[in-house]
Amino acid sequence: MRKSYSFFIFIAVCLVIISGLAARSTIEVSGFRDAANDLREITAALKLTDICFSSDARYTRHPAQADLFSAFQDYPGSIEHFPSGSVVSPPDFITLDTKILVRNR
Amino acid sequence: MSINRHINVLDYTLQSLLRRKFKNAGIVLVFSFVIFITGSILFLTYSFKREAFLILNSSPELLVQRMMAGRHELIPVTIAGEIKRIPGVAKVEPRYWGYYYDSLVKANYTILSSADPISANNRLLKGRLPFADEHNTVAIGRGISEARFIGPGSGISLQGADGGYHDLKVVGVFEADSELLTSDLIVLNQTDIIKLFGIPEGMATDLAVDVHNENEAPVIARKIREYFPDTRPILRDEIIRTYDAVFGWRSGLILTLFAGALVAFIILAWDKATGLSADEKKEIGILKAIGWETSDILEMKFWEGFVISVSSFLIGIISAHLHVFFWGASLFGPALKGWSVIYPDFRLVPFINPYQIATLMTLTVIPYIASTIIPSWKASVTDPDEVMRG
Repeated sequence: MRKSYSFFIFIAVCLVIISGLAARSTIEVSGFRDAANDLREITAALKLTDICFSSDARYTRHPAQADLFSAFQDYPGSIEHFPSGSVVSPPDFITLDTKILVRNR
Repeated sequence: MSINRHINVLDYTLQSLLRRKFKNAGIVLVFSFVIFITGSILFLTYSFKREAFLILNSSPELLVQRMMAGRHELIPVTIAGEIKRIPGVAKVEPRYWGYYYDSLVKANYTILSSADPISANNRLLKGRLPFADEHNTVAIGRGISEARFIGPGSGISLQGADGGYHDLKVVGVFEADSELLTSDLIVLNQTDIIKLFGIPEGMATDLAVDVHNENEAPVIARKIREYFPDTRPILRDEIIRTYDAVFGWRSGLILTLFAGALVAFIILAWDKATGLSADEKKEIGILKAIGWETSDILEMKFWEGFVISVSSFLIGIISAHLHVFFWGASLFGPALKGWSVIYPDFRLVPFINPYQIATLMTLTVIPYIASTIIPSWKASVTDPDEVMRG
């Protein structure tokens, strides 16, 4: 068989796999949208605010409610204790009212 | 111009690639790895973000925490009445929650009180939540159920703030599909949690505020901050934005670890782009001498870049999908779970953003093909004799 045909077969097989994965993704996502109603009910009833993807420290369990300086638990520049702390960035400081007003005397 | 001519050039290109099979296999391997890592990060973070967005859309519209000396403190429930009087506020409810370290399994639990009931049709809770007037019963997350080998009907004992043990009966277990939300939860009724944590009377962990019109939430938050300067209102938008940031491109550790491989690949691509090897130049010279046109040589080089980059892209993107959505991102999982004892299995919903994949393809495949063609063009427009002599 010509080498080019082997290459085309390889590409075709990859594309078939990708199409299969995409179809499976579509089915799973639509299934999740049904389950999401149950998840939303639990979230609303228990008034949950965070995703439980890591429970090793307060600021990785509840990033949305952590202290504003919580990525550096004790002081800025301290050694990070938890590996997950390295992937959790500090909270968005946009909400802090940090305007400095300069007045003419 | 027949299609057969192009296929012949492709045949020759594949034969030429096979002559340097170890070098080219190395390039495909590194290229696939770069796509695999980048693709995995994109799939993982996008799926996390979408799930977080869809789930946390039902979080309280506004939370009010009290801050003291820069730290989260218990809040007096009496404030709730005053907040309720702010125009636009529909309901203010105290939340009672906290953390519990279980020395038996060395795990942290999140303990909270149930405020509203969950419908009996909810498929994600096996059993039920404790009733408001029912004492010493709990609903637990799947992680705790597995760590302590307990289920509905079993008992769990927690040490309270007074040092005594509180024996609690499990009446519900959250199913695996809700793990990302409930894995480490213990849900008690309000009286039991106050007793367990020894929360002083009239205090709560924080307040959940419902507003009539969601667009007014920032204004209400500002008013709460004005009336009670020691509080910190947290909007639902901020909660969702936090997850956007956490799983955004700032996923520092993974990207930092990956930076080495990325730099290695860039050096490899740069090396290819800045010059051809003596063998490659000789090959081009010979092809020109036996009658190949410059356009044929460029086509051959295009196919060379195409075969390597498209094959690597397809291998990398398929492996990334399998890694994240079939094997639960097992390479990144340990970093995300950290030192947690209780953590969910990452059974992620395969939310895929085609735009991200197209961008990844554009940023990797096209530059590689260009880096293969450009130096060959320089060699192919030179006199064959000169090229062969080097």
